[in-house]
Amino acid sequence: MSAEIGLDHAHLHHLLRQMIRIRHFEAKCVELYQAQKILGFLHLYDGEEAVSVGVMEALGPEDAVVATYREHGQAIARGVGMDRLMAEMLGKAEGCCLGRGGSMHVFDRATRFYGGNAIVGGGLPLAVGVALGDKMQGRNAVTACFFGDGAVDEGEFHESMNLAALWRLPVLFVCENNLYAMGMALARAEAETDIARKAAGYRMPGVAVDGMDVIAVESAARHAVEEIRSGGGPQFLECRTYRFRAHSMYDAQSYRTKGEVDAWRKKGPIVRFQGWLRENGLINDNDICRFEAEADAEIKAAVLFAEAGTLEPVEELERFVTMERVPT
Amino acid sequence: MMPTAGANSTTISYREACRQAIRDALLSDPRSFVMGEDIGRYGGCYAVTKGLIDEFGEERIRDTPLSESAFVGAGIGAALSGMRPIVEIMTVNFSLLALDQIVNNAATIPHMSGGQFAVPLVIRMATGGGRRVAAQHSHSLEGWYAHIPGLRVLAPAVVEDARYMLAAALADPNPVLIFEHVMLYNIEAALDPNVTSVDIERAKLRREGIDVTLVAYGNGLQKAFAAADLLAADGIAAEIIDLRVLRPLDTATILASVAKTRRVVIVDEAWRSGSLAAEIGMRIAEEGFFDLDAPPRRVCGREVPIPYAPHLEDAALPQPADIAAAARALVQPAKGRA
Repeated sequence: MSAEIGLDHAHLHHLLRQMIRIRHFEAKCVELYQAQKILGFLHLYDGEEAVSVGVMEALGPEDAVVATYREHGQAIARGVGMDRLMAEMLGKAEGCCLGRGGSMHVFDRATRFYGGNAIVGGGLPLAVGVALGDKMQGRNAVTACFFGDGAVDEGEFHESMNLAALWRLPVLFVCENNLYAMGMALARAEAETDIARKAAGYRMPGVAVDGMDVIAVESAARHAVEEIRSGGGPQFLECRTYRFRAHSMYDAQSYRTKGEVDAWRKKGPIVRFQGWLRENGLINDNDICRFEAEADAEIKAAVLFAEAGTLEPVEELERFVTMERVPT
Repeated sequence: MMPTAGANSTTISYREACRQAIRDALLSDPRSFVMGEDIGRYGGCYAVTKGLIDEFGEERIRDTPLSESAFVGAGIGAALSGMRPIVEIMTVNFSLLALDQIVNNAATIPHMSGGQFAVPLVIRMATGGGRRVAAQHSHSLEGWYAHIPGLRVLAPAVVEDARYMLAAALADPNPVLIFEHVMLYNIEAALDPNVTSVDIERAKLRREGIDVTLVAYGNGLQKAFAAADLLAADGIAAEIIDLRVLRPLDTATILASVAKTRRVVIVDEAWRSGSLAAEIGMRIAEEGFFDLDAPPRRVCGREVPIPYAPHLEDAALPQPADIAAAARALVQPAKGRA
C-alpha cells in the first residue's frame, strides 16, 4: 500500500463506497434484466471494480475517459449520475444518451466520458486523438483509455500505442486484464502473456498491478498520471483482475472451471479491501451497513427515476444522425 | 509561396485548388491541422500538400506512421476534443484499414451519444482508376461510404469544387469524406473570381440538354462531357448532372432533369452490383417512373478487380463511347439495337 495516497479514513471509506455503489448498481441491473426491463447485452463488471475506482481517483475534471462496453463501473466511478445511467439502460429519453446507446454506449459530456465502445480496440485510436486535441489546445489534461486483454490482440492497440508514444501524448492506457477475451483465454490468444511488457516495445513506461487491490491501482494510477502531466508522454498500466460472472449475462462458462472462479472470488476487490480495513480497525460493521444502505437508496432512486422516464418519441428516431451544430 | 486565386482568375490545377483550400483552412482556423501519410516532408503522394510543412510546421502538418486506423481514429478523437482535423488517406483502398473508425466511431458517436458529441472531421482521399496501378490502388469504393448514415460524402469533379468544398466541409459539424479522383489532379480551369464558396448540399446541372440526362460524378463527369460531345455530333442534346454530393443524395435535382429529358443514363466507375448507380436508378424508378419514356440505364465499371494492362483497364472502366452508346440506345431505340 502506497504512502502517496491520503490513507485517511475518509478516503479509504470513499474507495469502498465507490466499489459498493458499482457492485450494487449492477446487482440491480441483473434483476432488471431478468425482468426484461434491460434488454440486449449486459456486461457486468463484477470483480473488476477496483480498477475503475482506483484509476478515476487519479483523474481530475479536466481529464477525459474512453471506456469499454463493460463500462457501468467506469461510468459510475467517473461520476456519471446513476439516474441517467439507469434511464439509459431502460432505454428512456431521460437516459444520458436519450436511449440511443444503452448499456454498451454510455457517453457523458459533463465528465468528458467519451463513450463505452463495443468494438474491441476501437476506443484506443479515439483516446489518442482526444489526447492529441487536448495537447494541441494547450490543456494539461490526461486521457485515460480503458480496454481489456482482448484489445491487446487487435492491430488498433499496437497502432495506438505507437502513435501515442511517438507523439508523447498524454494518454494513460489502462488494460483491464481479466484473463479472458469473452471465452478466449489470454494464454491461448497471446504469444506474450505479460501484457505490461508490450509497452516496452513502444518505449512506453508500463507496469502491472494487482487489479484486485484498489489501493495498489490508485497508487500506480496516481504515479502514472503525475508522470504524464509533467510532460513525460503516455504510460501503460496493466491491472490484473478477474470477471466473476459470464461475459455477458449468461454463458455456459465452458472456457473456465468453477473452482477457478471461486478461488478468484475469495480475493475479490470488495471482500479483500473490507477485510483489510476491518483488520486495521479502519472501519466497523456499522460503516459498511451504512455504505450499503446509502448505495441501495441511491440505486432505488435511480430505478424510480428511470422507470418514471418517458420514451423518446419515434419521430425523433433520426435526430442526431447528423448534427446541426457542434455542442459546446 | 504559391499564388492563391485572386481577382485575376488565374488558371489553376485541381491539385493546386485542393492545396489552396487546405492552406486557407489552416490560415483561417487555428483548430485545423492536417494529418496523414507522407503529407509533410514528402509533400503528399499526389503532391496536394506540397510545401505546407514549410509554412505551417510539423505540428499542423503531421506526418503519420502507416497506421490508418490509429490516425483516422486520432482525427475523430481530436475532433471530439475541439479540433478541426483534416485527415488525408492516400487512397480509398487504404481507407479500408480505417473502416472501423469511420463507420463504427465517426458515423455513430453523435447519434449513439444522444447528440452530446459531434465529430467535425474531414477525411480526404484519392479514388478511382485510370493510372495503371491495378487492383489495390484503383477501386471506387466511395459508394460504400455513401451507404453510411452520419457521413457526408463529397466528390469534387471540377476545379471550383476542389477549391471550395473543403471550407464548407470544415464548417459542417459532421464527419465529411472528400473523394478526389486520381485522374482529376492535373485538370485545369480558370476560377470565377466572383465565386468564393460552394454548397455541399446540391447536385449541379453542368450542361443543358433536352434528349437525355447523364448523371455522373468524379471522373465520370469528364467522361460524360466527352460522351455529350459524341452525342451532339449525332444531334442528341445530352443534359449533364454532376452529383457532387454522394450522401445525402440530391434526388430533387436528378428528378427535375429526368422530368425534362425523360431518359437517363447513370455513369458510375464503381461496380454495378449494389452501387450508387443502383440507388439512383431506384430513386428515379420510385419517384420519377411516370416521367420516363425509357428504362433508366447504367454504365458502370465491369465487375473485375481493376487490371494493370492499359487495354484491360480501359475496358474495365466506363468510357465516353459506352456512355454515348447507352444514351443513343435510349433516344434512338431502333438505331441502338441495330
